[in-house]
Amino acid sequence: MSGSSTYIPKSGLARWFESRLPIIGLIHSSFIVFPTPRNLNYWWTFGGILTFMLVAQIATGVVLVMHYTPEVTLAFASVEHIMRNVNYGWLIRYAHANGASMFFIAVYIHMLRGLYYGSYKAPREVLWIIGVIIYLLMMATGFMGYVLPWGQMSFWGATVITSLFSAIPFVGDTITTWLWGGFAVDNPTLNRFFSLHYLLPFMIAGVVVLHIWALHVPGSNNPAGLDVKTPKDTLPFHPYFTIKDGFGLACFLIFFSWFVFYVPNYLGHADNYIEANPMQTPAHIVPEWYYLPFYAILRSIPSKLGGVIAMFGAILVFAFLPWLDTSRVRSAAYRPVYRFFFWVFVACVLLLGYIGSRPPEGGAVLAGRLLTAYYFIYFLVILPLIGLFETPRELPASIADAVLGKQGAVSTEAVTH
Amino acid sequence: MATATIDAPTRRDFLFIATGAMGVVAAGSILWPLIDQMNPDASTLAAASTEVDIGNIAEGQIVTVKWRGKPVFIRHRTKKEITDSEAVPLSELRDPQTDQSRVQKPEWLVVIGICTHLGCVPIGHEGQYDGWFCPCHGSVYDTSGRIRQGPAPLNLAIPPYKFVSDTKLSIG
Amino acid sequence: MSLFNSGKGRGKSWVPGILAAGLLFSVSCISAFAVDEPKVTAEVPSPLAAEPAQSEGGHPVPPRQQWSFAGPFGKYDRAQLQRGFQVFREVCSNCHSAKFLAFRNLADPGGPHFSEAQVKALAATYKVKDGPNDAGEMFERPGRPSDYFPWVFANPQAAVSALGALPPDMSVLAKARTYQRGFPLFLLDPIIQYQEHGADYIYALLNGYTHPDDPSWNEFMPGHKIGMPKPLSDGLVAYTDGAPQTAEQYAKDVTAYLMWMAEPKLEDRKKYGFRVIAFLIVFAGMLYFVKRRVWSDVHGH
Repeated sequence: MSGSSTYIPKSGLARWFESRLPIIGLIHSSFIVFPTPRNLNYWWTFGGILTFMLVAQIATGVVLVMHYTPEVTLAFASVEHIMRNVNYGWLIRYAHANGASMFFIAVYIHMLRGLYYGSYKAPREVLWIIGVIIYLLMMATGFMGYVLPWGQMSFWGATVITSLFSAIPFVGDTITTWLWGGFAVDNPTLNRFFSLHYLLPFMIAGVVVLHIWALHVPGSNNPAGLDVKTPKDTLPFHPYFTIKDGFGLACFLIFFSWFVFYVPNYLGHADNYIEANPMQTPAHIVPEWYYLPFYAILRSIPSKLGGVIAMFGAILVFAFLPWLDTSRVRSAAYRPVYRFFFWVFVACVLLLGYIGSRPPEGGAVLAGRLLTAYYFIYFLVILPLIGLFETPRELPASIADAVLGKQGAVSTEAVTH
Repeated sequence: MATATIDAPTRRDFLFIATGAMGVVAAGSILWPLIDQMNPDASTLAAASTEVDIGNIAEGQIVTVKWRGKPVFIRHRTKKEITDSEAVPLSELRDPQTDQSRVQKPEWLVVIGICTHLGCVPIGHEGQYDGWFCPCHGSVYDTSGRIRQGPAPLNLAIPPYKFVSDTKLSIG
Repeated sequence: MSLFNSGKGRGKSWVPGILAAGLLFSVSCISAFAVDEPKVTAEVPSPLAAEPAQSEGGHPVPPRQQWSFAGPFGKYDRAQLQRGFQVFREVCSNCHSAKFLAFRNLADPGGPHFSEAQVKALAATYKVKDGPNDAGEMFERPGRPSDYFPWVFANPQAAVSALGALPPDMSVLAKARTYQRGFPLFLLDPIIQYQEHGADYIYALLNGYTHPDDPSWNEFMPGHKIGMPKPLSDGLVAYTDGAPQTAEQYAKDVTAYLMWMAEPKLEDRKKYGFRVIAFLIVFAGMLYFVKRRVWSDVHGH
């Protein structure tokens, strides 16, 4: 059943085609019979959900471009035209805008799952680093997409983020001018952001192919963090995980629909319904929610260059995770000390996000600094040290054992050791 | 598995088929807005009528106005053009229509200026019948906008229009 | 499950059960919404009376109002939108623009829903700039339903020179205004579907001129300094449908109207939303049972 069974074309036409382009065989071995650890829980459905979200964002995005005008005097009006005149335009735009948020919700869950179960550890380091690259591309895409409606937050968000590059010594101002194509965020900036916002999702799709390729070399990690040893440890991807992913996706779509249809502007910002005005800054500029923790880190460092370095460092540190975590045990289920610090880290990121949304005054500044300190200490000190001092709980002998151990007495006799 | 084929459809089959059908409905419902958005939007549908002042169009003159993104020819026909058009026997026509059926007032011919062959704009007062001549593939129309020679299959189309007054025409 | 099925005796069919669970979910949201309402209004019975609650930033929090368009089944009140349009036309539009509003929108279902003839007649009372004509000159002609609502000022500079400040465009104003809910209420808002922050703010602002000796003082304007003098007063607009002709009623009607202008597809959105979510709950339930069937032979080993 599981294992590397190959696709055998049944009809003559299929044989003819397969001998020229073996794509059906590729799909068959990757998504039909692919041996998948049988103990994957619902946190593993987010890979499929993310794939769906990428396709959904590209589809709605391509359609929105049919009505959108990337020109500073027309961009805002063309978005309102979509909302008012285009057939189902309101639906497509709200699905795209909220879809970006849903994409990030899903990717954060996907990342946390990887962190919790040690999915970044050998032999999956390259897979993990490709994931970090996808995340960076997503951040760039989301940022440039938010500029396109040309509201006040679009404009001032673009101004603030592009100004980050002016912190680079000596060449900063030159780079910023180059990014803008002028001396401020203006029409050339909007046009190039539009171009790149259209391009990057297709690059993401390409890197996602690499991500899945890299995944299919060692196979999926699993909640027990154990390697697959015998065919008993796995099930074919289809139908077991296609249907499980399908159910997970349907539940996710309920959540998504709730936002699109009932609170479509909750995750946005009211100021972005005011057309961009280069002469007037809103009282309080905040980025989209998914950048808030990093925005808080940026503001916590009382130096322009230092803040920018800390912010980018906070993202890039993920790429070094496979070597910062010194423990040989993957899953946090068997690492009590790691688990404690992991949940503190999650709380720390959530609090950083909240602080990023507040004006930088009073206690928020101090709290932001303490949390930023923990963020980096967690990666650079705590993770390397716990690996050395922690005593992990005893691991089950195999994945099948881990499953049956959880299920208890019901089905023990069916498995031979 | 072998026994399942003998039995009547089981609950399991029903569940799978029903769920599959729901999936098809879901996919269709997602696709439809993405398709329908390409249809003309509300602002396009609303901006559908054009008013033209025809008081100062001289006899024999052709004026081109834009309606729904397309050229419309308004031709103030001369007496000769009217009698010539009316005299053509239907048997000579590829797309037989009497001149009377193509005009509301004989002196005013209103046609959409799109060649019925492949969509070029014909040139007025050209061709053998002094009607229109299409430069793309040589279709020739008469002074009633009817196809007489060349590859075009149909007469020039008539847009919906009405005379608001003696000097005002409303198209659309 | 039996809790939901007991009455009709539908037996072991699980589909209605899932659907009922979904409905219960929606209803619980509505009730959360409804329960929240009297509590807040009880604190502040009228925007003019009592001291409004203060948010953490020191700005007064606009009291929550009952809006017909709130909640999962919200719909605009046609009569209210028509009155609101009257207030907008006779008062607001003397200074404010509404550049994304076309006259034809006023006849749209899901909006004020005036008749086509009414809209045609209304549009014709406005002069719209068009051209250039054959002589190369711009000219004015009576408006048509497809025209956009004209602004009394030729350009923003003219408005600033006449008024001293630029009145914001009103097309999406109700979505462009909000106030801070603070922690933890902001986490509750998406669940109880509270999203009328802009409408509540605008309504409070219109009633917020509480210092009669200082016309530029407004309780709800951030910083309390407002450029717009008190725009509404009792009896200013003559309603024909018998609604009270008070400043508060005008404010309420025009706020509802502004919400419609900002979100003209709200009724469609909520209507589709219910259908889509109900469908997805059933679909997810079916997928869950398919999943259980598929996995049953694995767990049975």
